[in-house]
Amino acid sequence: MERGYGDHGDFYAEFEAFVAGAAGRLLQLAALLTAEPPADAVAARRLLSAALARTYADWRRLRGDDPYAVTRAELCTAFARTAWRHHRGRGGVLAALSPQERLVLVLRVYEGVAEEQVAALLGVPPDRVRALHHRAATALRAHRAAA
Amino acid sequence: MTASADRREEEIRRLLESRPHPAVPADLAVGAAAHGSRLLRRRRTVRRLAWLLLLAAAAAFAVWAALTQPWHTPPAGVAPPLEGW
Repeated sequence: MERGYGDHGDFYAEFEAFVAGAAGRLLQLAALLTAEPPADAVAARRLLSAALARTYADWRRLRGDDPYAVTRAELCTAFARTAWRHHRGRGGVLAALSPQERLVLVLRVYEGVAEEQVAALLGVPPDRVRALHHRAATALRAHRAAA
Repeated sequence: MTASADRREEEIRRLLESRPHPAVPADLAVGAAAHGSRLLRRRRTVRRLAWLLLLAAAAAFAVWAALTQPWHTPPAGVAPPLEGW
């Protein structure tokens, strides 16, 4: 696939290399958010594909920004917008948590993003992030103890 | 943060990491790039339309201003009082 995307073919190779390296982890992240089983992560795949499309469209404007962090932010805000669709989850490890708890837990623990940055990304105060994190961790422990 | 909280955090991290990864579809990059260039094209069209609209508005304003010349004071509609005859 050299050309075929009009005049945007010049950075396709860079984009493809980025996707090859990051897609696995990003898809795992998306599947944790949507609480889907790994074998059937349909919504996660759709979320990731849309986030990657936006990253591709913004590729020239990224400059020094890390495309991984940009795609992750796209993915998380898109998930937060459509969280009501994923309220119940479909059987992943985090299905017992609410979408917002999943989002905070995954960003804080799985991705290691600082509390202030999570707060800025989700547009909520840092205290709220701390509370959600705490509640998510407690709920997850209780759920695992019961299981 | 206490040591036990750290340990619990570590436990959650291990739980999240330990899951089998979902398979990445082979055409992910190609599909995302196609979708992305559609987005780019749409943005460019919108920007071009916005510029066209702005230019058209500026031209219309210029024509209207040249025709009506709103900077001239309009002729007084009231005649001065007629006195002294």
